[in-house]
Amino acid sequence: MHMPLTDTLGLNLLAANQHQADHNREHFDAWRLLCLNVMSSPGAGKTSLLERTITSLSPQLSMAVLEGDMTTQLDAQRLEAVGVPVVPITTGRACHLDAAMVSGGLRLLQQRLDPAHLDLLWVENVGNLVCPAEFEVGEHLKVALLSVTEGDDKPLKYPVMFREADCVLITKIDLLPHLPVQVERFETHIAQVNPKARVFQLSATSGEGFGAWHRWLLEQVAERQVATAPDTLASNDPTAHSLSMPALLTR
Amino acid sequence: MTKCLLLSLGEWKQQHLPQVPEVRVVHLQVGDFTCVEPDALVFTWGALVKDTWLGGSELRIGRVPLVARCLGCQHTYPPNVESAYRSPCCDLPMEEIVTGRELRIQSIDYRLPSSRLEPLSVPSR
Repeated sequence: MHMPLTDTLGLNLLAANQHQADHNREHFDAWRLLCLNVMSSPGAGKTSLLERTITSLSPQLSMAVLEGDMTTQLDAQRLEAVGVPVVPITTGRACHLDAAMVSGGLRLLQQRLDPAHLDLLWVENVGNLVCPAEFEVGEHLKVALLSVTEGDDKPLKYPVMFREADCVLITKIDLLPHLPVQVERFETHIAQVNPKARVFQLSATSGEGFGAWHRWLLEQVAERQVATAPDTLASNDPTAHSLSMPALLTR
Repeated sequence: MTKCLLLSLGEWKQQHLPQVPEVRVVHLQVGDFTCVEPDALVFTWGALVKDTWLGGSELRIGRVPLVARCLGCQHTYPPNVESAYRSPCCDLPMEEIVTGRELRIQSIDYRLPSSRLEPLSVPSR
């Protein structure tokens, strides 16, 4: 006899990816590092952002990169050149990284170093404003880039990406004098879909705006290290966070 | 996206069913404020489940509209791109999403062949 059955699941369509992402995050927390998922359209400046940021913060932070690209290792080579360990993840036909790909990248990274010695792990996603927004890889925070050459309407056209981002970087602002755009409209449109996002304007070419971005990054790393400290350190001491920032800045 | 859906269903089968089921329909709920195009999901479903334990099954997708709550007056409204997702009542940005982010496997219609007790066959991952 065949019994017709209906199971009510209420299961996340992306449950399998979510389980792997949660597992990755457990590793990140055990290693006490902050993981950032950097996303944008192709050419918005993700790799240039990382080149400048890593170069500037290397004295204070120990960093590594998982570099996602559909083809080639060109971006990975650029980032290796600034002196950090980089694991390229070539996705082939896939237009985004998923948690299993990042898990594979982590295994390769562990062959080169002990991740517990890292403060910050960058995941540079494949250039795409659609799919990466839905696929968690275990990151603590999502960073979305939007270059001024793309137009101020992109937060409205690709709202899920900018809604999901914890931080939005408006990049290439050195080009503003040459473009018929108002940077305020970029900020306004980001705020329409995500009023809680932290927004910075910067230029990887001129360095403008990087000071505030770096301070925010150091705060996030410090907060993560406090949050994942052993119980004795993660007490309710209100000074715990303020003490950790100078510690990072004097490394 | 379809591949990940298949992996999620494989996890469910492995955890909850003692036998390979004969699946008739998989019901999804997909919110309008997601990066999923339901027609594309249905299109790829047929090709990807062929020759798997889900072969011959149908994918039915129910859409869930985007609804947000205006934090100015607590009314709900359907945001749209024409109004830049702002609330029509208080002209505030889209702060709280009530529905529209669903990516949910709602239910599965299937039969268990009671006479067959062969071990589960789970697609390789």
